[in-house]
This record gives sequence, structure tokens and C-alpha cells, in this order.
Amino acid sequence: MIDREQVLHVARLARLRLTEAEIEAMTGELSSVLEHIEKIGELQLDDVAPTSHVVELENVLRPDEPRPSLPREKALAEAPDSDGVGFRVPSPGA
Amino acid sequence: MSDLTEASAAELIDHVEAGTVAPEEIWDVYRGAAAADDLNAFLWVAEGDVPAFSRDAPLAGVPLAVKDLFCTEGVPSAAASRILADYRPPYTATVVERLVAAGAPMLGKTNMDEFAMGSSNENSGFGAVLNPWDRGRVPGGSSGGSAAAVAAGSAPWAIGTDTGGSIRQPAALCGIVGLKPTYGSVSRYGMIAFASSLDQAGPLTRDVTDAALLLRHMVGRDKCDSTSTGHPSEIELPSAERLDGVRFGVPPELTGDGLEPGVRAVYEQALKRIEELGGAVQEVALPHSGHAIAAYYVIAPAEASANLARFDGVRYGHRTAESDTLLSLYEQTREEGFGPEVKRRIMLGTYALSSGYYDAYYGSAQRVRTKIADDFRSAFESVDLIVTPTSPTVAFGLGERTDDPLAMYLSDVLTVPMSLAGIPAISIPGGLSEGLPVGIQLAGPAFSENRILDAAYALELATAFDGSRARA
Repeated sequence: MIDREQVLHVARLARLRLTEAEIEAMTGELSSVLEHIEKIGELQLDDVAPTSHVVELENVLRPDEPRPSLPREKALAEAPDSDGVGFRVPSPGA
Repeated sequence: MSDLTEASAAELIDHVEAGTVAPEEIWDVYRGAAAADDLNAFLWVAEGDVPAFSRDAPLAGVPLAVKDLFCTEGVPSAAASRILADYRPPYTATVVERLVAAGAPMLGKTNMDEFAMGSSNENSGFGAVLNPWDRGRVPGGSSGGSAAAVAAGSAPWAIGTDTGGSIRQPAALCGIVGLKPTYGSVSRYGMIAFASSLDQAGPLTRDVTDAALLLRHMVGRDKCDSTSTGHPSEIELPSAERLDGVRFGVPPELTGDGLEPGVRAVYEQALKRIEELGGAVQEVALPHSGHAIAAYYVIAPAEASANLARFDGVRYGHRTAESDTLLSLYEQTREEGFGPEVKRRIMLGTYALSSGYYDAYYGSAQRVRTKIADDFRSAFESVDLIVTPTSPTVAFGLGERTDDPLAMYLSDVLTVPMSLAGIPAISIPGGLSEGLPVGIQLAGPAFSENRILDAAYALELATAFDGSRARA
């Protein structure tokens, strides 16, 4: 149902670097789950509206007034690497 | 009182108010019990004296165990994931804040399946939790630590979260009460998100009264969660002793071949009790519930794959030591930080949302969701509540289902339909099968929590379940 090439493609999209063993296992496991999901195809759903959310809600807006935000030192406190002003990361590279 | 851990939370509150027990005494007993926990139910336990709380607060200082999924300021909050090991958030989840303000100080953070993905608690990044009824078995999941702690008497009560059964199923497998409220009634602000259109926090307690009491202080609209609606009526303490005139629906689609014989026997006993209490039991159709797992395992992983994109090693949490570019930092951090089930769900969700597959998977699953919600709407035109077992089996052995993800997913077959419909459901102990607890699930229309709690209370009185063996 899903082959090695597809697993590698999806892993790339998901920003996951899988090990060789994980790629192998994932191919079989995802296929068996997808096979179960195929059951949906038995249903006639053409004229059914999709549900993304069960609660009928209107969008909520707050007044556009300035208010304090998370202080910088608090926001940076858990950073794996920081220069005290922002989060430090390696170059995006070529 | 001779043994505080034999009292329910409501009884402890009565004792505090009567002046027969001091909150400090309750705190010390439970802090000791939580610190001595040998089920791996806790990932963090509070130290020192009882934190300050208002002396006239309604929950009277009865301490609360909190699932590790909730952000708690300055206290480790990892959703049991290695990618968040030692993470201490800069803020606290609204529901935790509300409960602490109501007088339930935080006793500890409980173990769970990583990011709430699992039905056995074996997917924790910090080791499995043991079931206090039989240490060779799982406590259920994903709120397994909360369920095991309450069942074992190392916490008076706890909160968990339920996306497809993660409160109800572990409550059933541990012989306690667990309630998933109507979607939107409890704020999700500060809950580490798994599947945002399904996630809902709720109580795990020793009895139905405690569940009502805790839920009363959890519900409420929150300006930090635009999907929160609050609850239209106050949550009442249940008082019904009879079920006269209450119509209970039995859906054949969920109560057929898949049930273990011991579970079926306890379920049939519960139906008999309902009739003895004056309730009417009748068949009701939920024709699309057989497709609920298929729809759920598209929708939940799809939402999860988007929600978990934020864990990239940049702002908080684990970062790999081996990266030379930004892309390799993302990929290697996530490879090292996430466990196998989380990777599987991210892959499944990313696949379902990827170009060319979106309509076939995600679009169709959302249409099934509509059908399932419609099924419940029609069913509640002829019955007041739906009654099923909570889980098709009793607690299974550690390691028994870890090699077969699909078999694990099917553990949730009786709880997922209600989650997709966003409706409330409770699990209460119905009895034992070969010495292990069996849960009975009662589900009702949106915002029918008071009706559910009342019926559950009447059934609980008639059942007289004895959970003391798990506390021995």
C-alpha cells in the first residue's frame, strides 16, 4: 500500500530523519493501518458535508489594545541556544 | 480518621469543613503516598508543605494529580516525551489554574503515553505504568498515570485528557470513574495539543460524586481558547437513586462480537441493574460507528502532524548535538526526541494531508465524522443515554499489543465514536471479570453532563463496586 519511496518522501515532508530499521517497520505498519482506513471507501459520502469541528462557533476577536507580552528573558529561558536576544540556530545552508 | 486514603475526595472536604481533619494532614499523607508510588504513575511529585490556598476555597485543599500533558509554570511538563524532557513552561494551563484557585493544590504530574498517543501507557518516554490490580498488565492510556494513581490511592483525584478515549479507557481498566466532558466545555489553553478538534480535559476520580465536584470547577469559557464555550448550566452533585423513566440505548454495532465474554457478562449485569432501578433499555442504531476508528486514525494523526511541527529544537526542549544545517537540526532533533508511536502518527497524518491524498483521506474522514454525529443526534431522539462497555477487554498484558499498532488502535473502538461527535461520556466500574475491573460507559447529548452524572450515580449505588484491592 505504501512503499519505501513514499515513506521517505513523507518523512521528508514531516522533517523526520528515520533510521533504516524505522523505514522498514514503518512501511509495513502504515500499510496495515491504511488498509483499515480504506474501509471508509465502503460508504456513500458524496452528498455529505465535512465536519472539521463539532461546536458551532463564531470567530472571537479581542479589542486591539496593546498589552504586555511574555518578557524576552522568560521566552528565552528554555532555549537550547540563545544569544540573549533571540534563538540561535545553524545556518539554513545551501 | 484512621486512614485518609480510604475516603473519597468529597468525604475529605467534609472532614476539613467539620474540622476533623486538617488539610496539612491530607497533604502529608498523599504527598508521602505519591512519593512512594511504585507503579511509575508519577513523573514529578511536589515537595515540602502544602502550597498556600484560600481557606474558604470549595475544594478545601484536597490535592490533585495532573497529567503531564498540562503546562504548569516552573514545573516539568513534558507530555511524557523525551523531546520535552526537563521542559518547564512559562505559564500554567487554565484548567489547572482554576482547580488550584478552587482549593486543589497540585500533588504531582502523572505519566502518560507520549503526547497522549496510546491506549496502554507503554508509549511513555519515561517507562510504562503498571496496573495496580495486576502489575503484569497495562493501566490503559493515555491518562494511565492519573488512573493508576487514583486507583492505587496515591492521589485523591486527578485530571487527564481524552482525545479518543484517553480518560475513559484507563478509568475502566483501573476500576475508577473517568469523564470526558462535551467538547468545548473545558478550556484547552495550556494543554499540549494532540488533536485540537477532539482534545478535552476531564476528571479521573474514585466515585461519581468526586467527578461531578471536580468537573464543576473545570468548566468555563476562557478567552485564551476561542473554541471554549463553557457549560450552559452549573454541574450539580448527583443525587438520583432511581432511573425511572430514563431511556437507555444499546447500540448493537458496538456491543456485538468484539466483546470479551467476561466484559459482556458485566455489561449484561449492568443492563439488568438499570432495569431494576426503573430504567428502560432499548436497542438503538449507530450505523456508522463501525467506521469511527478508520475516520479517527485519519483525523487525529492529521491534526497531530500539524500540532507537533512546533517541536523542532529551536525554542525549547531537546536539540540534537549533531547538526550543521537548520534542516538537519530539525530532522535529527525530531528523530532523537520522538518515540516510535509519535513518529508513526506524524507519518500517518502527514501522508493523509499530502498532495494527492488529502481528499481521499482527510476529506472523507471528515464526512464520516458528520455521519457519526448525525447517528448520535438521531439516537438521542428516542433515548436519553447510550450505554456500552468502555473497553472490549479488561486490562491486557504489558507488551501484548506493542507489536501491532492496529490491534492497539482497536482498543478504542467503543470510545472513539463519542469523541468524534464531541459528546460527553463517563466510564464507571461495573464489576470484575477474572479479578480485573470492567468499565461501563454512559454517553449523552452535548452538555448533558448533569443527566449522565445522575444516572451514573444511581448505577454506582446499585453496583457497590469495591476498589479497595487496588489500594492494598
